[in-house]
Amino acid sequence: MNLERHRGSWVIFLSFIFSFMLAIMPIPVWATAWRPDWVALVLIFWCITIPQRVGIATAGLVGIILDVLKDMLLGQHAFSLCLIAFFTIKLHLRMRLFPKWQQAMLVFGFIVISQLLAIWIHSLFGLPTMDVSILYSAFTSMLLWPWMFIILRDLQSTYKVL
Amino acid sequence: MGRTLILRTFAFLFAAIFLMLIDHRSDYLQTVRAHLLALVYPIQYMVDLPVTVGQWLSASASSRQQLLKKNAEYRNENLLLRGTLQKFEDLKSENERLRRLLNSSKNSKERVQVAEILAVNLNHLERKILINKGQKDGVFINQPVIDAQGVMGQVIRVGLFSSIVMLITDPDHELPVEVVRTTLRTVAKGMGTINRLSLLYLSNTGLNTGIKVGDLIVTSGFGQKFPKGYPVGTVIEVNPDIGKPYAQVQAFPRAALEHNREVLLVWNNVARSK
Repeated sequence: MNLERHRGSWVIFLSFIFSFMLAIMPIPVWATAWRPDWVALVLIFWCITIPQRVGIATAGLVGIILDVLKDMLLGQHAFSLCLIAFFTIKLHLRMRLFPKWQQAMLVFGFIVISQLLAIWIHSLFGLPTMDVSILYSAFTSMLLWPWMFIILRDLQSTYKVL
Repeated sequence: MGRTLILRTFAFLFAAIFLMLIDHRSDYLQTVRAHLLALVYPIQYMVDLPVTVGQWLSASASSRQQLLKKNAEYRNENLLLRGTLQKFEDLKSENERLRRLLNSSKNSKERVQVAEILAVNLNHLERKILINKGQKDGVFINQPVIDAQGVMGQVIRVGLFSSIVMLITDPDHELPVEVVRTTLRTVAKGMGTINRLSLLYLSNTGLNTGIKVGDLIVTSGFGQKFPKGYPVGTVIEVNPDIGKPYAQVQAFPRAALEHNREVLLVWNNVARSK
């Protein structure tokens, strides 16, 4: 058990709130497939830096809220975000040492794998599935990762989030 | 932490699938969703705020000249509408007299209220919108929603402060309609695209007499959800499909759907009279 007291919860909270806002912001129809997965990016960051704090349970909670925001079946995003959190936590020690571009590639991989599994579950329910467009949002997420990492890391060190 | 990670992950994954099953198959989770919808309303409100403020600012910045011009236009339109309304009142009372004569049972009074669409993107594969009226404003599930030109859709989820409306263009939405010209009954189903409806169950034979391009489609009142007579769309394509039992007919929705900023919620108080 970690004996250090938790600090800076509000930073984590606010970062997720901002990622929610970015996730539902209105953008032109042609751009919707290219929207980066903001919530996944923030989740991956916190799972890399403080996995003892932000883990599978947080991912599940965040996923449920995202499902309600986007009015989808409860549990859809919970499923994919829990999966992403799992992969990230499994590799978090190594990811901390990687250069950012390599981290970005892992981000791409995690998002794609969890999207594919989510689509498979979708098809079991008989819901509309997506096509190649799932790669687009993973791609833009990958491009955005270095910036997200730097910004969030600065936030973390400024407010000493633990 | 490391030992139980896989266990916890599987637990949460199975819980998520279980949740999806329940949500998909039954209505048990509706109250949970309604409360969660109320909880997340601040986030949706904050995303919508810049858009609303931007519109308010551009309206405030309008020159006096523009405002006077707009005012005159609205006054004109109001005059024309009131003129038409007089005739409508006359028709309505004649209709009621005739119904009483025939001992007909329905005497419906309709009330409308304006709601605003929040500038928030829901799932882009479905055609749904979020409005800023909820349970505390008396919104109920399956309530009809219209705009100035025609039918928009139905409320499918009610939160405390906001509700989710499924548009008629959503692939899951089916609306009983009829052709005004010939009273031919059909069903308008959404296709998932922004401005197309598919009209079902129209047989290949007798297409020209029953329905043709340019016909107006209105609600038929079947299914008790939508009041009768509201415009739905205009027929744009009639293609007899020899290989299938029904023809391929498509309509263009009359309502401005997702281009709207305001919508109207309809309360249909049907009073039964002998």
